[in-house]
Amino acid sequence: MKAQSSKFKVLIFSLFTIYCSLFTVSNAYAMHISEGILPFNWAALWSIIAAPFVAYGLYRLKKLSVVDLSFKPLVGLMAAVVFIISCMPIPVPTAGTCSHPCGTGISGILVGPAISILVAAVALLIQALFLAHGGLSTWGANIISMGVMGSLAGFLTFKASRSMKINMAVSGFMAGLFADWATYFTTSIELASGIKGSSPFLPLFWKILIAFIPTQLPLGILEGAMTAGMVVLLYKKRPDLLVKMKVLKPEEVAI
Amino acid sequence: MKVQSSKLRVQSFGIILFLLAAFYILPPATYADEKWPGVDESVVEKYAGEHGREAREPLINTDQGDLLLFVFLLAGAVGGFIGGYNWRTLTEKRTNKVEILKKNI
Repeated sequence: MKAQSSKFKVLIFSLFTIYCSLFTVSNAYAMHISEGILPFNWAALWSIIAAPFVAYGLYRLKKLSVVDLSFKPLVGLMAAVVFIISCMPIPVPTAGTCSHPCGTGISGILVGPAISILVAAVALLIQALFLAHGGLSTWGANIISMGVMGSLAGFLTFKASRSMKINMAVSGFMAGLFADWATYFTTSIELASGIKGSSPFLPLFWKILIAFIPTQLPLGILEGAMTAGMVVLLYKKRPDLLVKMKVLKPEEVAI
Repeated sequence: MKVQSSKLRVQSFGIILFLLAAFYILPPATYADEKWPGVDESVVEKYAGEHGREAREPLINTDQGDLLLFVFLLAGAVGGFIGGYNWRTLTEKRTNKVEILKKNI
């Protein structure tokens, strides 16, 4: 029975992988602000704002890695998750466009927002350098939208939901959803402020934000489901790790 | 347990069928002339272009022919390996060497 069940799981996983491989083969364009889109002064401003967040992430990583060796594989896992998820174009049939989730919701919950920002910064740098995805001049702006806002939104939503005694799966879902939407909300602000020229900011901001909605509304839901799935899976496999990372209180695991 | 397992199977197949059906039945409401453009193209670059900002060529331009597919595949494979390796490190049950020796004796 057990062998049959695991065979079935492998079959489902294989089908899903084939499905994703076949239907996500499209232009590898996605969400990050491309090279040269933002004027120099705006690109520099976002980079200056992003720098202390990245530096603090480095400091936290060093500090936590010394204290606890089991922290490194979790950071490695999150780095891989954020990197893969944030460069995986997913077609949204209802909008006819492709975009990608961010993954910073789940990393914000599991490794904390500071290290999640660092993980996102590294993922964005590799994508800008080798995958023609994002850009070096827009690196700071993309760190702020995906790294800072995504991680903080995910982390804070999860904490707030848990403090309201909402169950783990729903809290994870809400965290993923808001992390995704916060990212695109911030991208709209960055883009509108950078390209507006002499035209007013707000109408352009709303125009961009509304244009994101048909794609990002369903993708946010998908990201929520993915985040919930990962949090629940880790809860089942390594509840001690979640306690160590202060995602859960010890008494919650005991129950 | 058996009922739960078959329920899971039905649900999983249902999700896959739904996703497949969504692709074939739903008419895509594409914004651009091209099919399945990324939102960077259909939103970011579109509005930036309207305001006189065009995307520049990246420093290392891998967007040439199938090269981009190759680097994406490579990135996915390396990322997948790192993710899988770390997941295994995190979830595997570490067996105590002393216990193994005791069992063998």
